[in-house]
Amino acid sequence: MRLRVAAGGPAALKVLAAAGAAGAPVRLVWDGLLERPLSPLSLPWMPTLELDSGTVLFSPNAICQFFFLARGEDPTDLTNQWLEWEATELQPAASAALYAQLVHGKKGLEAVDALGKLLAHIEQNLSRRGTAYLAGDTKSVADVVVWGTLFPVLRDETSLPSELQVLRTWFQSMTLLEACRKAADSILMPKALLEFKSYLQKQPPPCLATESATSNEPEPSPQEEEGSEHALTEEEITAAVDAWACGVAALPKLWQPQKPVLPVEGRRNVLITSALPYVNNVPHLGNIIGCVLSADTFARYCRLRNWNTLYVCGTDEYGTATETKAVEEGLTPQEICNKYNAIHADIYRWFNISFDYFGRTTTPYQTTIAQDIFQRLLTHGFLQQDTVEQLRCEDCQRFLADRFVEGTCPFCSYEEARGDQCDKCGKLINAVELKNPQCKLCRGIPVVKPTQHLFLDLPKLEERLAPWLEQSWATGDWTANARYITRSWIRDGLKPRCITRDLKWGTPVPLDGFRDKVFYVWFDAPIGYLSITANYTDQWERWWKNPQQVELYNFMAKDNVPFHSVIFPCSLLGADDNYTLVNHLIATEYLNYEDGKFSKSRGVGVFGDMAKDTGIPADIWRFYLLYLRPEGQDSAFSWSDLMLKNNSELLNNLGNFINRAGMFVCKFFGGTVPNMVLTPDDKRLLARVTLELRQYHQLLEKVRIRDALRCILSISRHGNQYIQVNEPWKRIKGDEKDRQRAGTVTGVAVNMASMLAVLLQPYMPGISLAIQRQLCIPPDCFVLSHNFTCTLPPGHRVGTVSPLFQKLENDQVEALRKRFGGGQPEDLAVEPQAKQTPPASERPPAPVTLVAPGDPQLIQALTEEVAKQGNHVRQLKANKAEKAQVDMEVAKLLELKKQLALAEGKSPEVPVPKGKRKK
Amino acid sequence: GAEELALLEKLLGLPKGNKYGVQGERKVPVLQTNNGPGLTGLMTIAAHLVKQAKKDQLLGSTAEEKAVVQQWLEYRVTRVDGGSSKEDTRIILKDLNIHLEDKVYLAGNIFTLADILMYYGLHHVMVDLTVQEKEKYLNVSRWFNHIQHYPGVRQHLSNVIFIKNRLFTNTH
Repeated sequence: MRLRVAAGGPAALKVLAAAGAAGAPVRLVWDGLLERPLSPLSLPWMPTLELDSGTVLFSPNAICQFFFLARGEDPTDLTNQWLEWEATELQPAASAALYAQLVHGKKGLEAVDALGKLLAHIEQNLSRRGTAYLAGDTKSVADVVVWGTLFPVLRDETSLPSELQVLRTWFQSMTLLEACRKAADSILMPKALLEFKSYLQKQPPPCLATESATSNEPEPSPQEEEGSEHALTEEEITAAVDAWACGVAALPKLWQPQKPVLPVEGRRNVLITSALPYVNNVPHLGNIIGCVLSADTFARYCRLRNWNTLYVCGTDEYGTATETKAVEEGLTPQEICNKYNAIHADIYRWFNISFDYFGRTTTPYQTTIAQDIFQRLLTHGFLQQDTVEQLRCEDCQRFLADRFVEGTCPFCSYEEARGDQCDKCGKLINAVELKNPQCKLCRGIPVVKPTQHLFLDLPKLEERLAPWLEQSWATGDWTANARYITRSWIRDGLKPRCITRDLKWGTPVPLDGFRDKVFYVWFDAPIGYLSITANYTDQWERWWKNPQQVELYNFMAKDNVPFHSVIFPCSLLGADDNYTLVNHLIATEYLNYEDGKFSKSRGVGVFGDMAKDTGIPADIWRFYLLYLRPEGQDSAFSWSDLMLKNNSELLNNLGNFINRAGMFVCKFFGGTVPNMVLTPDDKRLLARVTLELRQYHQLLEKVRIRDALRCILSISRHGNQYIQVNEPWKRIKGDEKDRQRAGTVTGVAVNMASMLAVLLQPYMPGISLAIQRQLCIPPDCFVLSHNFTCTLPPGHRVGTVSPLFQKLENDQVEALRKRFGGGQPEDLAVEPQAKQTPPASERPPAPVTLVAPGDPQLIQALTEEVAKQGNHVRQLKANKAEKAQVDMEVAKLLELKKQLALAEGKSPEVPVPKGKRKK
Repeated sequence: GAEELALLEKLLGLPKGNKYGVQGERKVPVLQTNNGPGLTGLMTIAAHLVKQAKKDQLLGSTAEEKAVVQQWLEYRVTRVDGGSSKEDTRIILKDLNIHLEDKVYLAGNIFTLADILMYYGLHHVMVDLTVQEKEKYLNVSRWFNHIQHYPGVRQHLSNVIFIKNRLFTNTH
């Protein structure tokens, strides 16, 4: 049998010791920590035992157990109990203590402190039983296992508190065993420990089950964990009933800030930014969920909480990519920006993104503010001048900025790496390190020449950065990936970073000798947040130079983290003008498309401007994107899943509940909310809903947007169940008592629907508004509270209730999948969804919307348009809209039908795709 | 916790009468005994009950089998009962699905206590899986369906429905 162990991995200690103590004939194989584990179930630093039969044991305790079993020592209740205790209680605490020692540099005693109770447990057991070893008077597998876990933390018995006398004696005698000593010598060599330390540093800190509710990473919610089994306490039920009875009076008073929104003394002032999308391309769904949509949902939530909220964003317009794009399209950079800024603004408008202001970076304010920060950095001595070897194209007579060079990546040999970053391995590159560089403009071979540049002295700024980061991490919500990426950046050592570039399209550098250069886009772009706010209000400094009153949230995809957590804060800390620095850095992972990546050049994936052409309403897109928001891990957009979620969660669950609740009021009670007499069952429901509501708040306060959406769906599930069990449609036909019951159930249900309308607003503002109109929810109820109260009291009149969602048909979705090119992952090249998606210079973007007449795609698109318009007309008629408006929409419908007939008529051999729906 | 130990007792044909308590935040089951301090921990008590019922084969016969059973019981109490966030659950199902690819039971070809406790531990997870997810974790589904039909195992727990023919041919 072969025992694979990694030097430095603490779990290796006990298995080696056990093998020695039990005299097991093992062949040792030493692995590096980073080699692939043998079994998918085992972690890299964990030992594995391969038996001659081919079986692989991956649990250290089971391996130890096996050695003792093999020589005839069967487990007893007592050894089992120790092993189970070790695995469930001691191990997690010891790992946390070890992490604290190695990574945070905590000293022995502090770490032991965390183990206090567990050490006391061993002491008590040993002294109560009066035996020399844990499970009797001879040593057993239990002793080796417990010792092996404690030793890496304690090292020797002197680090144990002296009052634990029995434990000390036991520990010492174990440490003196030859098998244990030998194992410790070979595993815990200083060099191996260092390796383990660096491994640990790359891991998120272990989280003890007892610490909870503070991280913004997915963690079990009490409800999820225990499902309906969570027992409600009497207090919870009483409190929920009391809150319900208070009605509208219990709600916070709706507060709206004056425009322009400015910080208000005594209020929570929330400043929200989403990463500035780069202007020269159209954002895809991944970009949208990564920043603007996530930030929008959170901003809407904040406003509903009566927090004084400002949400700004805009297009990032300077830089090489714009300049190269301009060269390609034969326009000036400004023309390119104007064109694409409008496209961006349109897309976000369609998605109903509630920016307070959507600006751009090419404004005079950008120049003033960026130059001011630069001057301050210069004055404070945080800028260095240096000569840089840079690629120069003699044919084009210019130094080539990063984006003007392409070549082979020095790290992964990807052949189309850009001068600043490799799309394949994601590493940042220094352009002169590229192999086989080429000038992007003329394809000539550039030569290396010296030129002068300015550098931000990050090493010198680190002493300001470190304490700030520590403080921000301690008090703010940073996603785990943001902390991790930042930590690894700092660990790799900060280097001076060049902030100037040989370009024309940018903010000019106001310093003699550099007047022909501009600021590097990553120095310049985040300053856009400030300048965009300045374009919104001339009192922008009240937001941006006011860390005492303002809480800043930055939303982005994970590739943007270092610029927001290290470089930009360093600029602001160095400029030293009381700037507001980020408190909460919220970074998403990536969203993939079907099985591959979004790719504009290959026409794969849904891009912002095409979403509306699908006939699927913006709110459905919002819902689905937020439902699979890559929170904590990458996720993938899938058409069939979109259909599934629309039909199951929206149509059958949420929509069904709200519609039934409203319909019952209309059909059975003439549109007036009936009297309610709450039974114990109803009261439990109120408490259950209150719990979900609290959970919703808890999650959204930590910006766990996706998880909070589950609470909404959970509430409507409870609602559906409630209606199903109580069958108001039957009881309404029964006797007086039954009719009263039907009234109560209907009244409670419609009030749940009313609350759902508010909870939904951050996610699906359009649907939320539709519910508000249908149920005639008073505007002052449109505010979030921690209690579920009766907002539609008996006697309240509801309006016309109609279905909120439509079924998505298989044919329709299949057609969309074909149209947007999903499910053909032939290209495995990794393409980061960076803000700076590579300029699609190689091939022109595949024309997706402008297809030739007679093309099935056009017919399909028109068929969908007709279906959509048809639904729209039906909806208008159902809502008794004005005749003029209906006529106008009908005319549009007829026009569309004509176009469709025309398109079909021109090419009769093309089969008409089935897309029309009956009904 | 204690509830599944009661199920196990019934499955093993033991007379009722054991008293269970729980301990600490994780609600670790404790078996009260007349003599001594009692036993603590799900896998410890479960193994004790199996021996009491003289069905030792459920703990494995050879040293290797015994170690493998031990390993999966430990996996059950540390991983399945540990965090149960959506992500953790996904990883567990993924792991098990790989492990069960070429095995009938967790310990290979023999039905053991590991299957029983893993079944009880995963029941609430499997109940909530979508049809699509059940297909994604095909090996887990096959195993789970097998165990729930094992005589005496399921008892009052709901029968989880698995569809025999595959619905989603393009699952990831």
